[in-house]
Amino acid sequence: MRSLVFLEHYHGALEKGGLGVLGKAASLGDALGVVLGEDAASVAASAGAFGAARVYACEAPELASPLPQPRVDALATLVEQVSPDVVLFAASVLSADVASALAARLDAGLNWDLTDLSVRDGELVGTRPALGDTVIADVAWTGGPKLGMVRAGSFDPVESGGNAEIETFETSFSDHSTLATLVEQSQEESSGPSIEDADIIVAGGRGLGSPDGFTMIEELAAALGGAVGATRAVVDAGWYPYSTQVGQTGKTVSPRLYIACGISGAIQHKVGMQGSGTIVAINKDPNAPIFDFCDIGVVGDLHQIVPKLTELVRSRG
Amino acid sequence: MKIAVCVKQVPDATVHKRIDPATKRLDRSGEATLNPTDLNAVEEALRIKEAQGGEVVLVSLGPEKAVDSLRKALAMGADRAVLVTDEAAVGSDLLGSTRALAGALEREAADLVLFGQSSGDGDGAVLWAAVAERLRRPVISQVASLSAEGGTVTGKRQTEHGYDVISAPLPAIVAVSDAINEPRYPSLKGIMGAKTKPQETLSLSDVGVDPGDAGEAGAKTVVLGLGPPPSRGDQVRIEDDGSAAQKVLELVVERKLL
Amino acid sequence: MARPIDFNPPFGAIDAVGVPSDPPEERIDVGVAIVGAGPGGLACAIRLGQLLEEYPDVRARLGDVPIAVLEKGKQAGSHLLSGAVMNPSPLRELFRGRLKTADFPTYGEVPGEAVYVLTRRSALRIPPPPTMRNHGNLILSVSELGRFLAEQAESVGAVVLPETAATKLLVQHGRVVGVRTGDRGRGRNGEALPSFEPGNDVVAGLTVLAEGTQGYLTAGAIDQFGLRGENPQIWALGVKEVWRVRKPLRKIIHTMGWPLRTSPSFGEFGGSFIYPMGDELVTVGFVAGLETSDVEFSVHDVLQEFKTHRLVWKILGGGERVAWGAKTITEGGYHSIPRKLSAPGLLLVGEGAGLVNVPRLKGVHYAIESGRLAAEAAFRALQRGEVVSRVGALDSYDESLRASASWKELYEVRNMRQAFDKGFFAGGALASMMTVTKGRAPNGRLPTHPNAAASLKKTGRASRYPTPDGTYVFDKLSSVFASGNRTRDDQPNHLKVRRTVRRPVAEAWQWMCPAHVYEVGRDVGDGMVTVEITPSNCVQCGAITAKGGRLTPPEGGSGPEYTLT
Repeated sequence: MRSLVFLEHYHGALEKGGLGVLGKAASLGDALGVVLGEDAASVAASAGAFGAARVYACEAPELASPLPQPRVDALATLVEQVSPDVVLFAASVLSADVASALAARLDAGLNWDLTDLSVRDGELVGTRPALGDTVIADVAWTGGPKLGMVRAGSFDPVESGGNAEIETFETSFSDHSTLATLVEQSQEESSGPSIEDADIIVAGGRGLGSPDGFTMIEELAAALGGAVGATRAVVDAGWYPYSTQVGQTGKTVSPRLYIACGISGAIQHKVGMQGSGTIVAINKDPNAPIFDFCDIGVVGDLHQIVPKLTELVRSRG
Repeated sequence: MKIAVCVKQVPDATVHKRIDPATKRLDRSGEATLNPTDLNAVEEALRIKEAQGGEVVLVSLGPEKAVDSLRKALAMGADRAVLVTDEAAVGSDLLGSTRALAGALEREAADLVLFGQSSGDGDGAVLWAAVAERLRRPVISQVASLSAEGGTVTGKRQTEHGYDVISAPLPAIVAVSDAINEPRYPSLKGIMGAKTKPQETLSLSDVGVDPGDAGEAGAKTVVLGLGPPPSRGDQVRIEDDGSAAQKVLELVVERKLL
Repeated sequence: MARPIDFNPPFGAIDAVGVPSDPPEERIDVGVAIVGAGPGGLACAIRLGQLLEEYPDVRARLGDVPIAVLEKGKQAGSHLLSGAVMNPSPLRELFRGRLKTADFPTYGEVPGEAVYVLTRRSALRIPPPPTMRNHGNLILSVSELGRFLAEQAESVGAVVLPETAATKLLVQHGRVVGVRTGDRGRGRNGEALPSFEPGNDVVAGLTVLAEGTQGYLTAGAIDQFGLRGENPQIWALGVKEVWRVRKPLRKIIHTMGWPLRTSPSFGEFGGSFIYPMGDELVTVGFVAGLETSDVEFSVHDVLQEFKTHRLVWKILGGGERVAWGAKTITEGGYHSIPRKLSAPGLLLVGEGAGLVNVPRLKGVHYAIESGRLAAEAAFRALQRGEVVSRVGALDSYDESLRASASWKELYEVRNMRQAFDKGFFAGGALASMMTVTKGRAPNGRLPTHPNAAASLKKTGRASRYPTPDGTYVFDKLSSVFASGNRTRDDQPNHLKVRRTVRRPVAEAWQWMCPAHVYEVGRDVGDGMVTVEITPSNCVQCGAITAKGGRLTPPEGGSGPEYTLT
């Protein structure tokens, strides 16, 4: 099975998401990468180490700005040249638009929000959550090529070593593709990961007892290199800013590790963080609802446990 | 300026799905809600109309009952609604639905087409880019602030790396995020007047779509089966006797989370 | 000793009654304004719509919008909750010549019936007492009925306005001239948010209040026009769940006894209902009066406790909960009904007017009957060319209601509920006596104590509540979510309660509230504590009104979104 994987890059480095998908594609058959935009050819070289047999690159000036429509033209041209069975994308703001428009261009089926891919009876099968993550669906395609968009964080890049052949290609652009223009590209200052991007979140709730309780939350988060989250109740009480609120009327997060301190686990909070990889809950009430859905449940006094944990993490170095 | 806002009815996640005992079909009576971000798109359209004059048309694809959920947007101030509804469109995938929407939008020939982006728990469908491809016009998505005048639309697009500012000539397609505005509540007068606003229903052939290109017949993706999500695995419960912090750290390290 | 009644916030007509304030171009003129899209309000709208269709000249006098029904929920049915097993006659009468019983959204006639007295380990079946015979009655969901009736009302020309709360009754020169609707888009502290939309004066020649159990404007009207009944109103709280079950249930069940405690000192009066809804669904609910004196009494938790009985486990075990909800029921009966149900320009219908038969657990059909009679009385006045708000123009409503079968039923059981103040066994004997004698003995009125007057004590009741497991036994927070409640959590607080009270009172509120709105806060000395409130959890059941606070109408569209209750 031959897959073409769309690889995004930023400031000279290939994005993790695409590399993860590349590795998965390589495990299922032949994996080809495609990099578009400024310095595409030089960036493309590193894809070999992550599973690509060959990487296609196009550096046309129309591709310099991070806009979706010219990329549709480039990919459509490449698909016609290379005839892959499958075209895969790692979900991002840009790739979502590209994949959708490409599907329309090629009249090809697109399954999105995939969390896994496999081959069954020689055919590609995708797996994705549905109905608010309450069910898992197996999905497939009719006709080809098969377009798939993979949920962020589903596959970790696997550095298997190896080199890929780089092949540059040319493409023409449709009239409508170049109508949108980049007026200004700005980069946001970041002071620590925002909670939506964070891999690790330490969150505090009313069990902290007072706003001062957030000092120990911040210290644990800093020691772990993570972000601080808060429940609606403490945000309402003014203990911490709304931008850190996790839950129904706050943000939805899915870090690898979520440590909930003094949080009862009300459903309004749960829906904001239940997609987290591993949930650790620290609460003195053994009946708190959060113990129903965490992976590691600690019944005890968080005022003792949290600072101790911080100390241990720091001493690990 | 003529602004078309594409809106869609979504299942209300809090309403439990059940079979209506009378009809033996899925009871949809609790589901007449619009995708919440569609209200942001409607609000943005209304603001532009209030500033510059023009018309706001709602365009939707769905079952006949979807007319009910269009009423709220009409109550907010939209001028009329167009619903593409057809038995043959049931079960459409991205390709079929965007064909139908593009057909309806071509009929309207609006200067600006707005979509609302689904928020976190939506099903992730990205309709606007495919629609823009079919209409052969520029698209800007993830827009957190917008201005449209002098034949150009300029939007602040929010990406993982910060904000980009993108410009495009009209007619253009723009998908807005829920950060763009706070949708207004409809006034009582608006609610009462909504029923009298023109609501057109169109079939697939009215919008130039062959029934074979929509619905399940025209779909290029298929659901093979549904199952329960994998359980989270066994939970580890620790009662603190002074060593809880140590145990937690060991577990977290073991699972390679640091 | 601590009694919630000692902490009642002041409430009177002054809170719920006002004068029109909008300039003419802002106000909304309708012919008849009906507050509440429940069975009572919608029956009134439907009957009136039917009559106006027949008599277009009368209709013309009501202007462009002859009938408007204001509903604070997201749609008709969103805030409706009941058992329910309904006497079908008033509904059939409402649609006589137009619809058949098969057209109504019901789960069919009661297939069979059983009454049990429970102890922890056993279920003793007893012959259904005369009040609990339901042969020929229909099982339905009142929320589904509401949606159906709203469609019917619109088909005869009424306009139903959802997400519209009525917050003030407008009275001018001694007459009711309409209602004021609530503002939307205010923040936590009342400040106007960017989406702010002010309320409107909805001006009408006739206002019908069909607000149900927690009639806010109704309470204001009763105060304003001196309509109080003999006894103060009292309430019970019902909490119910709907379950998808493995095998069909083929009878309706009522139970008494366990887990309620029988001694009168506990003041635990109530029981359960288990009704099939077709083959796939079963609804189970527990109802208990709010005069309970135990601080830890929580109807939600008693329902969970009840579910652990073998009788219930056999029905629900292996199934899946698909809905949850809570609502109060007016329990004062006949003696608490306002002495007159009309005033100039005003009619009171349904449960808001106290028309509920507690021993029979019936109220939906009274709402429909009273709504129909109200419409007919209003129509008669209009047809006579009367100004409907003239004093006495609507007297025929009270007359026709008092002559109705509904009224007779309510009179028969007028003291039954109060008898149970004396405890289950004594009460049971009294209640049976009353039924057998068709209400003729004992005579005189048994006193009704306002729920909040009970002194509070602790008896360790909470230790009996089962621990939530998320699959069979549920905690309150996840249940609130199952009610469809997605209320905006930066709304102003709509619950009037004192924020500093004696500790037992705060604890009682914490336990009483099925949605976990109230929590005991900090100690402030002298045995007093602060009360933490989470108004966005509120499912508007109204229990707080019975226990020393008051539920007021929050922003339209908030609260639960019931569909199956």
